Amino acid sequence: MNGFSLSRWFGIIGKEFIQLKRDRLTFGMIIGVPVMQLLLFGFAINADPKNLPAAVLSADNSPYARTFIRAMENSGYFRGVVQVAREDEAEDLIAHGQVQFVVNIPENFSRLLVRGEQPQILVEADATDPSATNNAIGALQVLAATALARDLAGPLGAASPSPAPIDLRVHRRYNPEGISAYNIVPGLLGTILTMTMILMTGLAVTRERERGTFENLLATPALPIEVLTGKIVPYIMIGLIQVGLIFLASQFVFNVPMKGNPVVLFFVVLIFIAANLTLGITFSSIARNQLQAMQMTFFFFLPSILLSGFMFPYRGMPEWAQWLASILPLTHFLVLVRGIMLKGNELHELWPQIWPILAFMLVVILLGLRFYKRTLD
Amino acid sequence: MNAGTEFAIDVRGLNKHFGPKHVVRDFSLQVRAGEIYGFLGPNGSGKTTSIRMICGLLTPDPGSGSGTCLGYDVLRETAAIKREVGYMTQRFSLWEDLTIRENLNFVARMYGMKHRREAVDGALERLGLQSRANQLSGALSGGWKQRLSLAACLLHQPRLLLLDEPTAGVDPKARRDFWEEIHALAADGLSVLVSTHYMDEAERCHRLAYIAYGKLLATGTAAEVVSSQKLHTYAVTGPNLAYLSTALRALPGVGQVTPFGNTLHVTGQDDSLLRDALAACASDAAYRVEPIESTLEDVFISLMAGATDNFVEQ
Ligand SMILES: Nc1ncnc2c1ncn2[C@@H]1O[C@H](COP(=O)(O)OP(=O)(O)OP(=O)(O)O)[C@@H](O)[C@H]1O
Ligand SMILES: [Mg+2]
Repeated sequence: MNGFSLSRWFGIIGKEFIQLKRDRLTFGMIIGVPVMQLLLFGFAINADPKNLPAAVLSADNSPYARTFIRAMENSGYFRGVVQVAREDEAEDLIAHGQVQFVVNIPENFSRLLVRGEQPQILVEADATDPSATNNAIGALQVLAATALARDLAGPLGAASPSPAPIDLRVHRRYNPEGISAYNIVPGLLGTILTMTMILMTGLAVTRERERGTFENLLATPALPIEVLTGKIVPYIMIGLIQVGLIFLASQFVFNVPMKGNPVVLFFVVLIFIAANLTLGITFSSIARNQLQAMQMTFFFFLPSILLSGFMFPYRGMPEWAQWLASILPLTHFLVLVRGIMLKGNELHELWPQIWPILAFMLVVILLGLRFYKRTLD
Repeated sequence: MNAGTEFAIDVRGLNKHFGPKHVVRDFSLQVRAGEIYGFLGPNGSGKTTSIRMICGLLTPDPGSGSGTCLGYDVLRETAAIKREVGYMTQRFSLWEDLTIRENLNFVARMYGMKHRREAVDGALERLGLQSRANQLSGALSGGWKQRLSLAACLLHQPRLLLLDEPTAGVDPKARRDFWEEIHALAADGLSVLVSTHYMDEAERCHRLAYIAYGKLLATGTAAEVVSSQKLHTYAVTGPNLAYLSTALRALPGVGQVTPFGNTLHVTGQDDSLLRDALAACASDAAYRVEPIESTLEDVFISLMAGATDNFVEQ
């Protein structure tokens, strides 16, 4: 008798579209902001993250190899260096972002070292975020020259040649040239969506409340679910337009590779948009006016931009900050987008980052329903 | 819909607090089907709040009274009430950035109307706004906004109209048209609760309720309300009325002294005290004092003055 009415729902969507169309300034901002930001963030944001997770694939169990690994840990740049036995294991770790480096120590490492023949150590680095890896690679290069100096100075002193005893080869995976746009462009996708989606929906209901039109809407038989979702739909489309713009720019202006499946990317983007829209709608049912909705948006947006790994490498932050960041959908979204675009990750590999976004959404919806007012009280 | 309901609105003992402020106290109202019921009271007396409680936009304080609107429970069946009530808000609450036609169309859609186009066209025609249908409603003058709002809340053919100061800022001709339409609709069985500050409008209602500071002070037909207050009123004409009114106000038994053009209306509840006061001040032959019928306005002003002390405005 009083179920969800599609006709009413379309009526609300249509009204929202008309109002959006008439609000030229807002509409211009929604399209203009992504373009502006893309141009502004052309420069690299640098930092010096430490304690990066690394794995060692060692085929040589000599004291020299162990010294080198210990020296890596002591440098402060690497943390919890795990030893893996097989190559595919190492590959898995780096593809899923569980480690940022894999250090390959070859079978004949100590023999070549003793003979002074400069054994090779291959370092694979996940360079999707180049600023996060550059300094650590620099530190590795110093280690290659000095770590074994004392061991080699004794009885094997003669074997210590004046050039570095080890030939360190760095293989920057996923982003060989260390181009920061590869990181910034996917990051912008996330921040711009966070900003506009939360703000626009946050204002959508409070605007009605402020103008007094909410009273009229409440006096009609329209259901809260129709009003809330009807207001969300136009912004999903706006979000997709923004994504399209940024994606095109990433392909044709910044030449960011697209290794993964665009359908997977689309799916992930939709989940992310939905998470932000639910937060926006929840904000607007808590806020009393547009100003409060705006303040709430910024209260959420600033940590998102600072902690998610967009501004500063995630792993460069103290643990409590990482923990906080892991609540934010943007943190996971960045990993997802980089994973899809730069690493070609498939859907099943992305689950560890998708469920936290879904969990966030669920909690927010529950909060929103708790606060939604069906009356003017 | 409950069959055989005699009352369009029948609420008893509703209360509403905003924070510590007791805005509506033990509000009871019975509006018969097909009746035009006037709702009067000074600013901030709780008219809008009461109307909002009747149509489910505000929840009355829990455990304080109950009632029905069109036979539906005002506490539990608000969804059903909303479908059959047309509520016109005091403040213009249609969308200013939608055109007149878009607004009407949207409202028609919200009520799930079948023949939307015809209904909207019909409403535009009655308003005489066909030629301006594609103008933004925010660009309308205040009076036209009121008329558009009324058209919008009549669109879905409600059984009860709740009108919150529908004619504020509307010119006399449009006001007369408005009341003619309301009476025509009531003749067809529509019930109307209308709040107003205009005395002539109050007199056009079948019955009235007067509320002040959250308390219902009088109900009944205009004549009943006037006689129930047992007011005595004298019209005084003569020189220097301004001075006279100050002098009169200082005397016991004098309630209100209100200038009406060249006459002064002096009202009070105790006739003998009032006569004494008039004899003391206006005994001069230049003054003419004669008893007249108390008007609704005299009654309301006296009611308002009597009620103030019951309420501390925060
Ligand atoms: N949402 C609210 N929150 C707090 N107080 C409120 C709210 N709405 C109304 N009030 C207070 O309730 C009282 C009654 O307000 P209401 O709007 O019902 O008066 P009214 O009779 O309609 O007045 P007017 O003739 O000016 O329209 C006022 O004192 C007002 O300040
Ligand atoms: Mg009012």
